[in-house]
Amino acid sequence: MKKGIEVSIAASIAAQLARVEVVAAYPITPQTHIVEHLSELVADGKLDAVYINVESEHSAMSACCGSSAAGARTFTSTSSQGMELMHEILFIASGMRLPIVMAAVNRALSSPLSIWGDHSDIMAARDTGWIMLFCENGQEVVDSTIMAFRIAEDRRVLLPIMVNLDGFSLSHVIEPIEFPSQEEVDAFLPPYNPLYTLHPDKPLTMGAYAMPELYTEAKYAQEMALINSKDVIVEIMNDFTKAFGRRYMPVETYNADNADFVYIALGSIGENIKTAIHDMKGQGKEAGLVSLRLFRPFPADELLSVLKDKKRIAVIERAMPGGAANAPLFQEIASLMYTNGINVKIENYILGLGGRDVLPETFIDIYDGVAHTGSTVPVKEKNYDVIGVRG
Amino acid sequence: MAKPMDQYKWHELNVGCVIEEVGNASEYLTGDWRSSKPVWTDEKCIKCGLCWLYCPDAAVFRKDDGLFTANLNYCKGCGICAKECKPGAIKMVEEER
Amino acid sequence: MRLKSLELYTDHPEEEFAVSGHRACQGCAEILALRLALKVFGRDTILVMATGCMEIISTPLPTTTWKLPWIHVAFENAAAVASGIEGALRILTEKNKIPRKDIHVVAIAGDGGTSDIGLQALSGALERGHKFTYICVDNEAYMNTGIQRSSSTPYGAATTTSPSGKNSIGQKTWKKNMPRIAAAHNIPYVATACPSYPFDLFSKVKKARMADGPSYLHILSVCPTGWRIPSDQAIRYGRLAVETGVFPLYEIVNGKYSLTYNPEPLRHMVDYFNGQGRYRHLTVKTISKIQERVNLDWKRLKYLCGLK
Repeated sequence: MKKGIEVSIAASIAAQLARVEVVAAYPITPQTHIVEHLSELVADGKLDAVYINVESEHSAMSACCGSSAAGARTFTSTSSQGMELMHEILFIASGMRLPIVMAAVNRALSSPLSIWGDHSDIMAARDTGWIMLFCENGQEVVDSTIMAFRIAEDRRVLLPIMVNLDGFSLSHVIEPIEFPSQEEVDAFLPPYNPLYTLHPDKPLTMGAYAMPELYTEAKYAQEMALINSKDVIVEIMNDFTKAFGRRYMPVETYNADNADFVYIALGSIGENIKTAIHDMKGQGKEAGLVSLRLFRPFPADELLSVLKDKKRIAVIERAMPGGAANAPLFQEIASLMYTNGINVKIENYILGLGGRDVLPETFIDIYDGVAHTGSTVPVKEKNYDVIGVRG
Repeated sequence: MAKPMDQYKWHELNVGCVIEEVGNASEYLTGDWRSSKPVWTDEKCIKCGLCWLYCPDAAVFRKDDGLFTANLNYCKGCGICAKECKPGAIKMVEEER
Repeated sequence: MRLKSLELYTDHPEEEFAVSGHRACQGCAEILALRLALKVFGRDTILVMATGCMEIISTPLPTTTWKLPWIHVAFENAAAVASGIEGALRILTEKNKIPRKDIHVVAIAGDGGTSDIGLQALSGALERGHKFTYICVDNEAYMNTGIQRSSSTPYGAATTTSPSGKNSIGQKTWKKNMPRIAAAHNIPYVATACPSYPFDLFSKVKKARMADGPSYLHILSVCPTGWRIPSDQAIRYGRLAVETGVFPLYEIVNGKYSLTYNPEPLRHMVDYFNGQGRYRHLTVKTISKIQERVNLDWKRLKYLCGLK
């Protein structure tokens, strides 16, 4: 039975169904509805958890580390500036292998200040060692949040995980969502059984420092855990299908089998692209969408099998390169193609920054090869196009 | 028993580098640090225990006869015990090396 | 002070929770303060430590000096991590996932990790009222990174980032009054302590543990390395700090001040400054300015304690 509900609220209901035990969060637009609703659920006794009103995002992630280390199922959420403020602790959370789940409501980074959505905050966090899932619609947000706890807490994984949803364009829209029952979620998601926990009955030391003789080995162990988590993620996605019927994969495609040209994208912009693809079919134009549901660990094998025979690839991004030759996702796709000896033209389009609307027409223009940077002011030759710049 | 650092293989480290063997710092013998060591004159000792109380390294211990002495495996020779001993029962003596 | 025999120490067990083998400097009063405090906290304790001297000297992978559950996350968030642990213990106990036991969370940070970079997290944790103890082990500078100044460095003291020189008397600002800041959060128990007065310290740790809410302990930790004094003088200088009124020993119980040790008549500051390399450069003028301030602060404290 689908329910029409705001996606932020749905995300907090997913955390409630997952029986989170500690929430330590600091409000920031556009994540506020998630934490407000969780707060209400705790206040009304509908969620048996402790809600810690921390005084900053840095303390939010710190408190989450403490709570997860003490053995509680821990959840938080943030965006943009908040993600940046907690940045140093993100690395620590993954290094200490604490299975914290975070709903990352993607929002543009200051300066200038913008409360609207894009991917600059998540691109700045891609090397933090967290598992990262992207969601295109509200149902995916709910399902990914529930799966996230199971993935993170799996003894073979034990890594923190970010469930990404676009700020405003996904967090604040009302969508039809089917919620599993509490019994169904309980059957899918067992209680958190920590490998190590802080308790006087079995004292241990967490967070020791490593001399040069050991740091490399410690980091290698962590990296291998992240890479190996992919198999567990696929396994859990399959279990989810068995339990709830909905299918999830690290890389999902739409009409890609019929097309020589594909767009690659992350998050809810995929829906705009799907609309464009559908409209283009009527015009006899075949294009496909390759959507990365799993961004970290990078699903190289799955992407390769989809992309290897394509004649033209357009990487759609929502973050500026910051001086790099290309925007972040392009770099990863290009490196994947190159290391596998595949020489195909990859185009790089940056759009939808700071919440700017992107209509399906733009993607048709990209297909037709007429979408370029709007500006006529001469600048240095670039390998990417920022669509719709006025100037 | 902790191995020397550079003998650990990456898969031998615990998840998250957690240390389960609590108190294994005692494998490191800080006694090598000192250049002088405390020597007790038992006749002067009033068994007050302040030397035991004030040792930052917990290196002073009470013997079975109630008198005190230093665990030379760990004593760093800081001299606090000698300084604080009220009856002057402890003297710092240079180590012969 | 009457000396007590070891038998009377059995209140505070002979068990060591910070074992020998740690890498603290010879004569470090900070590790001594923790060694003593942990004897009173006992086994049912979870320690959260900030980056700093105590964390570094105690946990070089793969060894640890701590026999209690211990976690280090970062420099400025000991209080925030402690908040998370305290919250987790509450919910796990309520859900019967861990047996009902009185486990006390203790956050420990230096003066840097408390009054500077850690102030936000501390203020937040105190305001939220978590049941935990926060200990500031104050050696009056960022000692671990090489003796740089903090807001806890006393006026006139030389550090590597507040050196004395032609245009500088050393630290130009007065020590931040952290106990008063903690008390401003309306917490049940605040106290100052010094390992040179171990029984006073024991009693305060006990009270801190029993407080019905957050408790804050500010422990003066004499640092021979950073203060440039011989390694056997830490206890002596701690005593001098108290006897000159530089570091008074007092408690603030539910907002009410009381002295736990009255060293009057106060010794002259010169007794304290003499022999400390970090004060070697002080002029007569600076010393008298500091003496004036110490006298004033002492008068104010006595007034708050209801003494004349």
